Amino acid sequence: MRHLLGIEGWRRDELEALLDKAQAHLPGKPDTTHILRGKVVANLFFEDSTRTRTSFHMAAKGLGASVMNWTQSGSSVSKGETLLDTARNIEATGPVAIVMRHKSSGAPHLVAKHVRCAVINAGDGTHEHPSQALLDAFTLRQRWGALDGRTVLIVGDLLHSRVARSNLLCLKALGARVVMCGPPTLIPPGLESLGAEVTHNLDAVLPQADAVMCLRLQLERQSENFLPSIREFSRLFGLNPAREERMKPEAVVMHPGPINRGVEISPAVADGPRSVILEQVSNGVAVRRAILEVCAS
Amino acid sequence: MSSTVLFRRGRVIDPRNGVDGIRDVLVRDGKVAEVSEALLPVPSSAEVVDASGKWVLPGFIDLHVHLREPGEEGKETVLTGCRAAVAGGFTAVVAMPNTKVVNDNGIVTELILSRARAANLCHVYPAGAITKGLKGEEMAEMGELVSAGCVAITDDGRPVMNAALMRRALQYSTQFDVPIMVHEEDLTLSAGGAMHEGPTSTRLGLRGIPASAEVAMVARDLVLLEETGARLHLAHVSCEGSVRLIREAKRRGLRVTSEVTPHHLILDDRAVEGYDTHAKMAPPLRSNRDVEALREAIADGTVEAIATDHAPHGVLDKLVEFEKGINGIIGLETAFSLTMELVHSGVLPPKRAVELLTHGPAKAFGLPGGHLAPGAPADVTVVDPSEEWTVDAHRFHSRSRNTPFHGRKQQGRVVQTWVGGRKVFENGQVGLSKESR
Repeated sequence: MRHLLGIEGWRRDELEALLDKAQAHLPGKPDTTHILRGKVVANLFFEDSTRTRTSFHMAAKGLGASVMNWTQSGSSVSKGETLLDTARNIEATGPVAIVMRHKSSGAPHLVAKHVRCAVINAGDGTHEHPSQALLDAFTLRQRWGALDGRTVLIVGDLLHSRVARSNLLCLKALGARVVMCGPPTLIPPGLESLGAEVTHNLDAVLPQADAVMCLRLQLERQSENFLPSIREFSRLFGLNPAREERMKPEAVVMHPGPINRGVEISPAVADGPRSVILEQVSNGVAVRRAILEVCAS
Repeated sequence: MSSTVLFRRGRVIDPRNGVDGIRDVLVRDGKVAEVSEALLPVPSSAEVVDASGKWVLPGFIDLHVHLREPGEEGKETVLTGCRAAVAGGFTAVVAMPNTKVVNDNGIVTELILSRARAANLCHVYPAGAITKGLKGEEMAEMGELVSAGCVAITDDGRPVMNAALMRRALQYSTQFDVPIMVHEEDLTLSAGGAMHEGPTSTRLGLRGIPASAEVAMVARDLVLLEETGARLHLAHVSCEGSVRLIREAKRRGLRVTSEVTPHHLILDDRAVEGYDTHAKMAPPLRSNRDVEALREAIADGTVEAIATDHAPHGVLDKLVEFEKGINGIIGLETAFSLTMELVHSGVLPPKRAVELLTHGPAKAFGLPGGHLAPGAPADVTVVDPSEEWTVDAHRFHSRSRNTPFHGRKQQGRVVQTWVGGRKVFENGQVGLSKESR
């Protein structure tokens, strides 16, 4: 049993072993339903999710487990039940793993200290989203074989993005160069100390990238004065067809979803030939099967 | 009843009176009677304390504690807070007004004082609120608070965001010559923050509180202080920038005093690692560079007091998501040994360390005690500077357990605490001995 609370704490060889395992879970590979047969995986989603929740659900099913889907709406959280009480009660029903998403950074770490089953972080606040980073790395490895020496450009709201943090750690661990780009108000201090190169000039770095990952701009950020307007953000940091033309011929475009079409990425780019956005989603199931296999079996 | 006590051959450190050496200290009728280099004859019926190998110090004074009564007696009461105080060598504490019935009027002040009399352990000096209900809107009746016994006026826990109101409060306070104590935090800069803004907050994905949230308010209030000629006391200073401004203001003769907590001197923001809510407080633990600046400031006299900001909270207040975790930790029973860490590591000479716990705070608020000249109150703390022990939160006298120092090895321990010539703490036991009750 092992927790997956973040990419932090996982060594390169461990990450690579997990990604190698994910290969065996791609569609068309031999049946894997014996791995967690008779076991229960609990999905605890304190925050909304489309991709991650369904993906973990399908992954657990694919390993033969039954899935308990718990969501905050309709639960006793509205009656004031604490996170720990909720988690311990879910644990008491006997799952081998708790897959949880929560709006507070560190919430899975708290739960992991108080339960005996594996805890898998499906996104905590603005901290980490490790399964997303792993499926992104998997998608890039499928294309490139290895990430060493490749440049991945991550663009947008880096301050509030758990995807950005996990990807930075994961991509660096796997040997890639990571350039992070956004307005100064949406760049947290000390990203460089985690290995990123930081810039505010998208056009200058765009031609260097082998992959461009656009992050969702949380539209409510405008009311906190991080940005003068969505329009200006889009003009400075949106990936549009004009910018796409200046990318390397083979470079790909990624997005963890959900997309604000026309804000951080133009529809023509999101749906265009460079886009691997739906590949990311497809690969998510195989990668999450590998995560469950490594952590819960 | 034994009213005469002779502390024999201890190392007496009394910074105010320039004493640091082996002395006999004779206490009679609740006051210091004599301090002598030579052996004093033992008066008949005197209790003799063999202090050889120990330090005999003025009782410690804490300018910043939360006793939680009235209103949150599950966390602490005046009695349990006083027990924790004397167990930590403190003979006087200043009680913050942010109780759940706010100490913004004389009736609450009287209640706290009457609870303190009933506890009968150490001096409790209430601090009254600057604004009614700590709401930052209307000034509380400062005259009534002062005449009821408040020694400082503060909205601690909250800043006074309204600059005009703060200016009036400072102006108004000059007629009583009472210090206005401030918790400096610009709420528009700290909004949503859970820890110090820096590389650690970035890695943990927690919204940061920039140093400017404190420093900008310190700057504002020093400007207002200069205009009003009042007395300003800055609570729990946490940043290098604040220290720089205080130093400059003092150079120009402004009447500003300040305090630093042991935890801001010992820990930095990396203590939050693992989302430990026991490392969550306001102001937050800052960067290592800030810690270094604070250490320099207590050593060179820029800051005059170490104060605990003893903030008792229940277990459930801390056993939650980090962002939801309540701010604050308790400190009365670890303050001395944590200060000794700074002595053992060479940051502070013993005399300065003692001054920060005694004369420094006494002078800042104009409180009695803090020294051991003949005629001074016989508030005496005897410590063993080298005794090794391990912090065990379950053995605290405080009603609460919220400390990040549980399990930490310490060197230096309070052995006895005497208040007004009566022994109120000895070797882990709080309470008056039968003969001095």
